[in-house]
Amino acid sequence: MQAIPPRGTPERAELAARLADRAKFVRTETVRLSRIAGAGHYTAAFSAAELFAALYYAGLSYDPARPDWPDRDRFVLSKGHAAIGLYPVLADVGFFDAAELERYTRLGSPYGDHPDMKKIAGVDFSSGSLGHGLSISVGMAYAARITGRAYRTFCMLGDGELHEGQVWEAAMSAGHYGLSSLVAVVDRNRLCIDGFTSDVMAVEPIEDRFAAFGWRTRRIDGHDLDAVLDAFAELPEPGAGAPTLLVADTVKGRGVRRMEFSPDWHVGNLVGADYDDVMAELEAGLREVAK
Amino acid sequence: MSAQQDAAEIFGNSGTGLKDARSADGSDTRAIPAFVFGEELADIADRDPRVAVLTADLARSNRASDFAARHPDRFVNVGIAEKNMITMAAGMASAGLVPFAATFASFSALLCCEQIRTDCAYPRMPVRVVGHHSGMSMGFYGTSHHSLEDLGIMRTLAELTVVCATDANHLRAVLRASMDHPGAMYIRLGRGRDPEVYADVPEITFGKAVRLRDGGDLTIIATGSEVAPAVAAAASLADAGISARVVDMHTVSHIDAGEVAAAARDTGAILTVEEHNVTNGLGTAVGEVLLSSGLGGTPFRKHGVPDEYVPVGPPAALYAHYKLDADGIAGVAKELVA
Repeated sequence: MQAIPPRGTPERAELAARLADRAKFVRTETVRLSRIAGAGHYTAAFSAAELFAALYYAGLSYDPARPDWPDRDRFVLSKGHAAIGLYPVLADVGFFDAAELERYTRLGSPYGDHPDMKKIAGVDFSSGSLGHGLSISVGMAYAARITGRAYRTFCMLGDGELHEGQVWEAAMSAGHYGLSSLVAVVDRNRLCIDGFTSDVMAVEPIEDRFAAFGWRTRRIDGHDLDAVLDAFAELPEPGAGAPTLLVADTVKGRGVRRMEFSPDWHVGNLVGADYDDVMAELEAGLREVAK
Repeated sequence: MSAQQDAAEIFGNSGTGLKDARSADGSDTRAIPAFVFGEELADIADRDPRVAVLTADLARSNRASDFAARHPDRFVNVGIAEKNMITMAAGMASAGLVPFAATFASFSALLCCEQIRTDCAYPRMPVRVVGHHSGMSMGFYGTSHHSLEDLGIMRTLAELTVVCATDANHLRAVLRASMDHPGAMYIRLGRGRDPEVYADVPEITFGKAVRLRDGGDLTIIATGSEVAPAVAAAASLADAGISARVVDMHTVSHIDAGEVAAAARDTGAILTVEEHNVTNGLGTAVGEVLLSSGLGGTPFRKHGVPDEYVPVGPPAALYAHYKLDADGIAGVAKELVA
């Protein structure tokens, strides 16, 4: 982990401002790349924008010149459909040339809707099939114990993903093994494809469920960068102990009014004036979420 | 067989073995060979720090317990959670380990098919998925515990090497050779205590079949648990004046096409034998080679379990029922060359 400056310092304010700018970058790039593909997972990337920014510009230790550095922190994007928001970040921090993304999803491109670790530097594991990433992360964290390395493993899950049974096999095992180097971040944007999770299949109380499996839990506003940074700064030292769950309350589609909490935009395609309107809305910065 | 004897071998509750695995009437009283899986991996781990072993509450059945006793820090029991085991092994592999994840073949290959494809084969992780007690070797435990479809499913997955271990010495060879094999593997074992075919640990190459016996009238191409009865069948065929070549096709994907073509050209007839549904297993793979090599006219028979769920019965009775014991194989071979 990188050192995170404490709240109230000029360094912290500067960092938070930079992260807000990078979260905006995640959103505008998501819109731009979706137009290349003709379709994109806008809303699942928007809900995770501040989390991506905090992870890659403040939290994770990594070296873009050495993507396979054995001591790097790992990040597993278990909700692989948000990769469209992650690719621009990986390019921006130096894993590959951003110009490569101009061929996003085109024939033979390394960059598909779901990330491929064998084709993309900086992707620690391939994903796309929901429910797998936490098990991958448990394996990575367990391997750190076997190999005597001190890296942390972060895993971002969707809230609808919690419907998958394998998540709970993994959660049970992480608690049993006491993998304190493991951090699961649930992007709690309240929607799966067919509607609100509360209607399709309830996932709450998420913290109680994980706590019952031996996890240390914390709930934060996933769009409040200071809250996210505090949560990262206060993670326990890796070693034997409870793994950490961060439930990040987010808004699916955050940043574009027509998409916020709308089940109609899980996958979409903005064209013409709609594209320009949305880009202008994003450039203007986040507003209050309509109730 | 008594249920107690059976439980002893399959679930490892005591040191006694299931004698009638080989003879339906219990007349074969030779000692059951040791299940060397855990012991061999412990030996490899003594000199190779990449080895890790995972199992799903079956350490006593597959003798991963022998590994755990010597390398407890590199042994993981995930409980009865096979999907988590396979995917966790993939995560461990991404961090530089070579994990062996072992459970009954019905649960590894069938229950975890998607985890094997998506998390192991597709990202080319060096995970060794070990499916033991494959085929119908669990006898009257029934279809839920049988895997007569696993070769077909696994050989369809791209970039997955599919290997059947023949006996204890062959299993040692497979485990040793697997350490530096690229990508993911599915290693299929029978009971893990199959009768001896190889007197010593053989030198093996994945994708290269082993010619165990030469002959000129037909070739019996067998894999895994059916190699030993195929060898015995060839001996009895010799007594009947029929000269059979026997090939151990341990690697089912990708198959040794050259050896198949040589068998067709040299002996003029091919019988495949496998403890598997006749759909999409070894026999189908051999047939594909014959057709694509211009050898489709070769007299050829796929011998295995027909496309059905098998009846209740002890293993040896099931092998006899389906003519998958030595006598049955010899009879089928005689029909082919008649």
